[in-house]
Amino acid sequence: MSFLELKDITKSYGTLNAVSDVTLSVEKGEFVSLLGPSGCGKTTTLQMIAGFVEPTSGTIRLDGRDITHAKANSRGLGIVFQSYALFPHMTVFDNVSFGLEMQRVPKSDRRPRVEEALELVHLAAYAGRYPRELSGGQRQRVALARAIVIRPPVLLLDEPLSNLDAKLREAMQFELRDIQRKVGTTTVMVTHDQAEAFSISDRVVVMESGRITQIDQPYRIYEHPETEFISRFVGKTNLLPGTVQAVNDRAATVSLGGVPVEIDAGALVRGDTVTLCIRPEKLRLTGTGLGRLPGRVAERYFLGSQWLYHIDGPLGTLMAVTPNDGSAPLDTGEPVGLDWTPSVVRVHRGRLAEAPDPTLEAH
Amino acid sequence: MSAAPARLPTPLILSAPAALLFGALILTPLVLTALLSFNEFEHATGRTHGFTVAHYAAVLSDSYYLEIFLRTFRVAALATAICVVIGVPEAYILSRMRNPWRSVFLLVVLAPLLVSVVVRAFGWSMLLGPEGPVNAVLMALGFGRMRLLYNEGTVIVALVHVMLPFMVIPVWTSLQKLDPAVEQAALSFGASRATAIVRVVAPQILPGILSGSLIVFGLSASAFAIPGLLGGRRLKMVATIVYDQYLSDLNWPMGAAVAVLLLAANLIVMLTYHRVVEGHYRRRLG
Repeated sequence: MSFLELKDITKSYGTLNAVSDVTLSVEKGEFVSLLGPSGCGKTTTLQMIAGFVEPTSGTIRLDGRDITHAKANSRGLGIVFQSYALFPHMTVFDNVSFGLEMQRVPKSDRRPRVEEALELVHLAAYAGRYPRELSGGQRQRVALARAIVIRPPVLLLDEPLSNLDAKLREAMQFELRDIQRKVGTTTVMVTHDQAEAFSISDRVVVMESGRITQIDQPYRIYEHPETEFISRFVGKTNLLPGTVQAVNDRAATVSLGGVPVEIDAGALVRGDTVTLCIRPEKLRLTGTGLGRLPGRVAERYFLGSQWLYHIDGPLGTLMAVTPNDGSAPLDTGEPVGLDWTPSVVRVHRGRLAEAPDPTLEAH
Repeated sequence: MSAAPARLPTPLILSAPAALLFGALILTPLVLTALLSFNEFEHATGRTHGFTVAHYAAVLSDSYYLEIFLRTFRVAALATAICVVIGVPEAYILSRMRNPWRSVFLLVVLAPLLVSVVVRAFGWSMLLGPEGPVNAVLMALGFGRMRLLYNEGTVIVALVHVMLPFMVIPVWTSLQKLDPAVEQAALSFGASRATAIVRVVAPQILPGILSGSLIVFGLSASAFAIPGLLGGRRLKMVATIVYDQYLSDLNWPMGAAVAVLLLAANLIVMLTYHRVVEGHYRRRLG
């Protein structure tokens, strides 16, 4: 039996279901992220675990105990809020000490535990400061220290890094993971940032319109997205609608607007409507006349460690990413060949539901 | 290269209307009143233009006046305290309500402001009068007729009724600025709702409570209509004796001296209170 179990959790507001039939098991010590665009129900799910929102139906069990209808202040969970929600009128020390005080930990035991927690987030020197005298990153650490000092069974992180600037966010990601490993607390994090979810989670739960669409390890989700939505939401992708033309034991040929492309067979049959997904970094740029498709560089963007090319070709405009290995990049207008390994092509049945929405593409 | 733009005194121009209004309607009468308070006065001839501090000496040495000053500040302080006790929870409950109830109850809280203070004072005197409904109920319950009007308690009750919106509004405003997650955070760390309110919410809305109490205290200490109508002829407050001096005794300089003293005393009380409470919280809340 898992440590934290959500079973068929649904939350409806009137006729609108914010969260529908969410079932999720989190093992002890695991770091799980709920990932999805805004309005997908991830925050509502977290608030139901926290006890701020009551589920309409379903059960939540923590360590075998049913906590579905338990009050928030009886669950003993550690929560880091998106706005940090520090107590502005208390010093850093008192903020961290608050939870221990509520648990009636004797005063003599509180001091060493608060100091230990502040040590862990590298804020030992700031114990006497007030929150408004701290930077954003420091406040974030206070919020984290305040949540872990009570040694909660589960740590809940609500978009913990979204208020930090890019550089600090990356540093804090690794620190967060490091601290979580050291303390060993079961952690559930909500985020809309796939990079954040992927880099520090053991497993990622992708949510869309109140439902879970995939639960898997970050690498699996990236490489084997189960739906077209996920392949678009998670990273960049080229989506190519087509029809299966021919199938033999090992390979299938898909016609993409008249251009035949060979892929691994899978369980396809002739006549199926499919959408092919190819990640931009899986496309190789080769010399003219080589590769599977001809193309021409329409636009190029410098991303620092990589080059992102928009390549015009018979399938429309495709995105391709190449590492910046120091050699001269391709020029706009230059003809190229496009090549890929058949096994990197993912196939989704059916046509595109809608045109890919660029705002859904996380960076 | 273009010429440097002429430096328009824009801030001065923009603040001029308010400054003029303030100067003409508040400062000038205040200065005139202060000057008037140093004029000599003879019952036979009225005001003369000689300089004297006799009126101040008379007020400060006369236990009759001191008692009235003490009563005024006692009444104002009690009204303020009751406004805090009623108004703060009221504002908190209002802030927790959802629409449409929130709008409805906010309107209920603010509605008294739309009715003249004099009308409300008369309302209270009808309600509490010897033939009023309160006495009717008391008689029906067998308590007998009670004298409810013309005492300090009645004045305080009526003041609280009039002043409550001035407490609710600033507290409500500071509650609006509060991050709701902060209270949730307190709950998540195991605090009961009461503890969360006392330890986390209340300290953060202290500036609102502070400004509310300053407004209520200042207005109560200088209130005229309520003590005038509900305090009767015997229960005097400072504002009512200023009125008496001007219009019954026609001793304008004396009235002016009492008014200036009330202003000074009010300022001292409010500034001290402000210093003590705000100084305590400045560093924390910025």
